[in-house]
Amino acid sequence: MAFELEKWYNKNKNENTLLSYMGKISEKEVNQILDNIDDVLSKKEEKRKVIKKIYNVAIETLQNLYHHADISTDKHINTEIPKNNIAFLLEHLKDEKYLIITGNFIRKTNTRLLKERIDQLNFLSKEEVKSLYRLILNNEEFSNKGGGGLGIIDLIKRTGNNIGYDFYYFNKDYIFFSLRIAI
Amino acid sequence: MESIKIEKTRKTPDVIFNAETGVIQIEGKSIPENSIEFYKPLVDWLDEYGKNPKEKTEVNIKLEYFNTSSSKCILDVFKKLETIHKENENVIINWHYEEDDEDMLEAGEDYQSILKIPFNMIEMEE
Repeated sequence: MAFELEKWYNKNKNENTLLSYMGKISEKEVNQILDNIDDVLSKKEEKRKVIKKIYNVAIETLQNLYHHADISTDKHINTEIPKNNIAFLLEHLKDEKYLIITGNFIRKTNTRLLKERIDQLNFLSKEEVKSLYRLILNNEEFSNKGGGGLGIIDLIKRTGNNIGYDFYYFNKDYIFFSLRIAI
Repeated sequence: MESIKIEKTRKTPDVIFNAETGVIQIEGKSIPENSIEFYKPLVDWLDEYGKNPKEKTEVNIKLEYFNTSSSKCILDVFKKLETIHKENENVIINWHYEEDDEDMLEAGEDYQSILKIPFNMIEMEE
């Protein structure tokens, strides 16, 4: 059965969800979601250290969605993909544990590389992650998105946790890609 | 040469590059979607400043947040400073981080490990 974004989104929303968004993504939405995160965590009187970590992960994941919402530039825009095709959720698990879930459609051709890259990074020890981060930071290359391949490794380094992911088949050209980052 | 003064916005930091005093300051959030656009004039300014730098160049970094694309651009700024330091041994970077903000301290250490410039790690009370 084909993937249905709305069903997936509703399934991920539960009593732990502090904030959820499904829609388009532009700078405006990125700003709005970041403001909402600040509000919701301040109201919970969460520790500043924890708020900063969540906020940092949120910045990286939201900007990742913003830069890689690449289907909008496809020449043969796939009309089956819903217009509101980006999802972002923040959940409070317990104590100071939080979870950020993101989702977006990607081209099927990108999945293998992405999966291999995350698997490799998840496999590394904390020290290896740190060394690799420094190596990538110091290489001269800049991707046209600006980050030069630091995004995912930054999330792992910052949270000290492996990154969870899922790929859902949508159609022959597109996959729905979901990331789960525990903080 | 002229100094640079840029007021902070919700996504970019306060910037002062003072050509008269040799004091450079970047303070606040650095989370723009396009970091290269923001940092390029600063890197270019340092190219010019490096031709005739002040006796001492003091760099104060007080960042609350920065994204990964800024992290590369900040390294570009530091590399220009490293070139100046290599010739004159006169640059110091004061890396400020909030008490308990281990991520920001580690970010400073990441730069310190890559660059040959003296770093002062300065903890600020919240």
